[in-house]
Amino acid sequence: MVKITIRKRPHNDAVATQRKFFRKTARGKVVKVIRERYLRDDVACGIQSCSICSISSASPAPGDMHVEQPLLPANGALDHSLFPSGHFVLPDTNVILHQMDLLESSSFTPPIVLLQTMLEEVRHRSLPLYSRLKALMKVDEKRVWVFYNEFRSETAVIREDGESPNDRNDRSIRKGAAWYNRHIAQMCTASRTQKTTSLPIIVLLTDDAENRKRAELEGVRCLSVRQYVEGTKESNQLLDLLSYAAETSIEPTQVGTAGRGPLCPEYLPQSTLLAGIRAGDLHQGHFNANSFNYLEGSVAAPAFQKPVLLIGRESMNRAVQGDIVVIEVFDEKDWKAPADAVLEEESTLKDDDPVESEEEEEDEEVVAQEHERRTLARETAGIRSKLPYEKQPTGRVVGIIKRNWRAYVCHIDRSSLASGASTSQSLQSVFAQPVSRVLPRIRMRTRQAPALLGQKILIAIDRWDVTSRYPEGHFVRALGAAESKEAEQESLLLEYDVPYRPFGKAILDCLPKEGDAWVVPPKDGASPEWRDREDLRNLIICSIDPPGCQDIDDALHARRLPNGNIETGVHIADVSHFVLPENPMDNEAAARGTTVYLVDKRIDMLPSLLGTNLCSLRPFVERLAFSVIWELTPEAEIVNVRFTKSVIASKAAFTYEEAQLRKDDPHQQDELSQSVRLLNSLAIKLRAKRMAAGALNLASPEVKIYLDSSESSDPIDVEQKELRETNSLVEEFMLLANISVAKKIQETFPQTAVLRRHLPPPPANFEKLQDILKKRRGLVLDVSSSGALAASLDKCVDPNEPSFNTLVRIMATRCMLSAEYFCSGSVARDTFGHYGLASPIYTHFTSPIRRYADVLAHRQLAAAINYAPLHASLHSKSIVERILNGVNHRHRMAQMAGRASVQFYVGLALKARGMRDGHEVEVREEAFVIRTFRNGLGVFVSKLGLEGLVMFKRETSFDAENYTITIPHSDEDGRDVTIAVFDKVVVRITVEKDRNTQRGVVKMNLVSPVDSSAL
Amino acid sequence: MTSRVEILNDGGYRSDGRRQHELRDFNIDLSVRGQADGCAMVSHGLTQVLVSVLGPREAKNRSQTIHNRAIINVELSIAPFSSSERRKRSRNDRRILEFAAAVKSTFEPVIQVHLYPRSHIDIFIQVLQQDGGLLSASINATTLALITAGISLFDYVSAVSAGVHSTHPLLDLTALEENDVPYLTTAVMPRTGKVTLVTLETRLHADRFEEIFRLACDAGKVIHKEMRQAVMARTGQLVRALDIGLHDQGALQRDTEDDQEMRID
Repeated sequence: MVKITIRKRPHNDAVATQRKFFRKTARGKVVKVIRERYLRDDVACGIQSCSICSISSASPAPGDMHVEQPLLPANGALDHSLFPSGHFVLPDTNVILHQMDLLESSSFTPPIVLLQTMLEEVRHRSLPLYSRLKALMKVDEKRVWVFYNEFRSETAVIREDGESPNDRNDRSIRKGAAWYNRHIAQMCTASRTQKTTSLPIIVLLTDDAENRKRAELEGVRCLSVRQYVEGTKESNQLLDLLSYAAETSIEPTQVGTAGRGPLCPEYLPQSTLLAGIRAGDLHQGHFNANSFNYLEGSVAAPAFQKPVLLIGRESMNRAVQGDIVVIEVFDEKDWKAPADAVLEEESTLKDDDPVESEEEEEDEEVVAQEHERRTLARETAGIRSKLPYEKQPTGRVVGIIKRNWRAYVCHIDRSSLASGASTSQSLQSVFAQPVSRVLPRIRMRTRQAPALLGQKILIAIDRWDVTSRYPEGHFVRALGAAESKEAEQESLLLEYDVPYRPFGKAILDCLPKEGDAWVVPPKDGASPEWRDREDLRNLIICSIDPPGCQDIDDALHARRLPNGNIETGVHIADVSHFVLPENPMDNEAAARGTTVYLVDKRIDMLPSLLGTNLCSLRPFVERLAFSVIWELTPEAEIVNVRFTKSVIASKAAFTYEEAQLRKDDPHQQDELSQSVRLLNSLAIKLRAKRMAAGALNLASPEVKIYLDSSESSDPIDVEQKELRETNSLVEEFMLLANISVAKKIQETFPQTAVLRRHLPPPPANFEKLQDILKKRRGLVLDVSSSGALAASLDKCVDPNEPSFNTLVRIMATRCMLSAEYFCSGSVARDTFGHYGLASPIYTHFTSPIRRYADVLAHRQLAAAINYAPLHASLHSKSIVERILNGVNHRHRMAQMAGRASVQFYVGLALKARGMRDGHEVEVREEAFVIRTFRNGLGVFVSKLGLEGLVMFKRETSFDAENYTITIPHSDEDGRDVTIAVFDKVVVRITVEKDRNTQRGVVKMNLVSPVDSSAL
Repeated sequence: MTSRVEILNDGGYRSDGRRQHELRDFNIDLSVRGQADGCAMVSHGLTQVLVSVLGPREAKNRSQTIHNRAIINVELSIAPFSSSERRKRSRNDRRILEFAAAVKSTFEPVIQVHLYPRSHIDIFIQVLQQDGGLLSASINATTLALITAGISLFDYVSAVSAGVHSTHPLLDLTALEENDVPYLTTAVMPRTGKVTLVTLETRLHADRFEEIFRLACDAGKVIHKEMRQAVMARTGQLVRALDIGLHDQGALQRDTEDDQEMRID
């Protein structure tokens, strides 16, 4: 049984045993708080062989917390030149706050006594620093002892009248130091082993001159940090670690409690904003944060060719990614080029504290601001010298039209936790780090912080005050353990705003009553299905899709006509027969916009009964279809085209691979194979024509994830996607169908046709890529038209590097705009063109199961051929526009979600690859440098479709004009190594868990030409 | 800010300088106050409670009497100045009623109610200062007040609160600690080891419960010793005051020296 005792607290000197202070509550009320303090005589000094303390301190009882054994050497450290008889170091609070790097250095070895007073002060000032300090105490080589002076009766101090908290703490530290000196003397006389002349002493380290003076008066030996370090053995090394911040010293004795000023200007009133926009003085646009540099963002304003750059916290003025903001643009002489270093909020402000107390934090605030200002200044200094054409307009946010805040998936930043105990239920302020790099850290208050560590959680932003550097948010719900597939999947869907609820009853009620058993009714005049439908059941139709495809929405046929021409048909699932306008299912599909494909999951746009069964053009069953049938000459010229609703019966469902084999096998002479061959020959001609017209052959990094089995969905490997001839066969005919349909519906409904366009990119987008290509490879990129671009892209080859061309294509693709749906009546006729496909008009018609725009196109086409009247909603320009805006957004999000899902699985696969057979294997891959920063490289691993960042901690010289970075004395012979954009490097890829956010991060390190792990 | 205080620091000290198993300063004042038949002022650290017991007496209206036992009535009032934020609670505040009911049910099996048929025992609890452990202080004070009122009890009741911070048990929590850690309050009858009250309003892991519970019971025995000493001292005083005519000092001497209680069989 543990010993339970009652502590007695003398009531006569209640002042020393009670602490009384006033506290301001959150509501602004001032309350008096009284706390007890039990003073004791058994607080150990921590010096080994101290006979006094070993008697008085009781041995720990079972169930008691582990109490540390004394670990300070009896004689202290003997190697300091000033103290031959040995000493202990006792730093004051400011030394901890400013010289943490020194204390952490492995060469700084003297035994350290930390007083509780300063430990609490550090904790109060900066939790991250406190965490660092605690970590330091656990290191074995460091001999750090915490003396709980506030609980020891001799050293407890109470604040006197008119004394500032700082002064009180300083006095307490001095008293602690004096006590130690006395204690050592007593100890030595008690043991009588040493002569009193050579006692080790306590050295108080402080940079506060006033404090030093007082300490000397009280007989405590006192040194500034610099003086002390100069006397140590490794002084050269250690002097470098000293922070200068402390020397210009914030005087700790000075009390400045003027309230904290606002960090950013207030927004202008709404009316001023609107007037300003109308007058053209202010500009409106979406705010885009820079994912590499948290102090920089941009707004694309239509009035300027380049996006307007917002540099610094003040200019960004609390805008969050996606907000619609109003900006004011600065004078042209202030225009700047974007910064070229990677700035991460986590690392720059790692010592920032989530709790904003009213007074204490001011210093820290100043430090953080100063820090940011310096980083920015350094950045901009480098920019001045830059070429004028790189300059972008700069500006600042003066107001917000609309916040696009939603719930964000976050992790709790471990280091911001005040109390890590899993049972703690106290209300704490913590930082939540959003998964997305473009979002700022969010401060939130929670009682369950310890329980949420290591989980993915959903946080909603509530507000962002002018006085705060971080937005305030609140906890919405937990998604589950980070890195678990379910949580990651859900977080992905949430992050990209994908609606993923199961379909409701109202929606399912819109399905045919027969359910699975629905079939095309027998052909007779009475059934409504057969009205105006062509019977194409006897045609040799087949579908070609990726393996495992369940929602087959297109099928093809081709046959020779007696006149020597070829009849070709594209048959698309007749989704609009099942999905009627303005019913719940239609509304839901419009809201979902598109089916989302994740690596291991598909989020359907339509209920799966339709998607994978009734609409899916499966082989050997009769299905309703919408057919586009051309008569083509053998040279693939269109003679005529007709559109009809039909009934088909597919004869085969091939995968790309099967179709390819079938086509290539000369023994297969059946009708089906011949049809495939015919289609292929036409496709080749169509493609050649398209290319001649100037279509681009774009590339995006597509990879395939191999899953272990369909159940476990553990990825085993990643590989680049292979493209076969048959892929482009299908693609060509789909393009042809889309173009033909687009022409037809645009003719019939010039005001409301649902079309898709791809605007030509502004040439400015290519400037940087052109410059890099010219300087690094001597290649010229002609961007005057899509044809010219295609031709010059073809010339960008490196005979030694087959993948170089792909890389350039990927980079070129990134310079382009994305394609979008639009309503033909809402934009000018000359902007209908599709740049990438070099087609004057285009729409989406061929995948109605998974894209909502196609469903609309189907309805319009059906009306165009007088099959059915057009629903009223499709006659209204504004409604079509609204729907298409939604679809565009969903489409973009779906793409990103898909990509992110692949990324996550690439990460998992890498981890799996790195842990083959239970032990770690290094994953090394070749990569191309695609971007150079002042302190790092952006690299692209084409094999994995993975982009990463290699950071250098060491000083490097960066040549922004030539896109090179030079790392001095880095190879074996100590020569400089220069790396440029497009250089091939080898990187070591590891998946690491970010310590703070629990987020799996792909870490890349350079292996060749230099090993960057040491840099 | 409350989160700024470490509940248990690395040196094993709590925020007020106690170690895990140390109870706060425990003070008992049994002096007579006003009309009350029995009275006790108890403080656990900065929590201070004054309990007055009136009775056993005849009930005001007959409908409220039971023919073979006494009725216990507990009323609680919390002084508005007792906590740092001034706050007035109505007499019918749910928490207050609940609290009073908890005290009542704690003492119902302890008071020998069958000795006082058709009578009424009033227990008035006044909270003067609050700093955690309000229930345990109230129970301890009520025990002492009942004893000073001369009401027959089967045993003392001594209560302590206990919590757990991470995996470390803590005894006798302050308000600061109560806000942060899950805790329970137990009231034990120390001689038999019977438990008359356990309350747990926060979530506590089932594996931890037993350990904490046992610890709280043990701590109850320590409190009991203290309470007993106070009662003995007061009784000694009374005896000495009555002693004018009694010359045999031996009886009293014996009483204080070997501090034996009656055995219950």
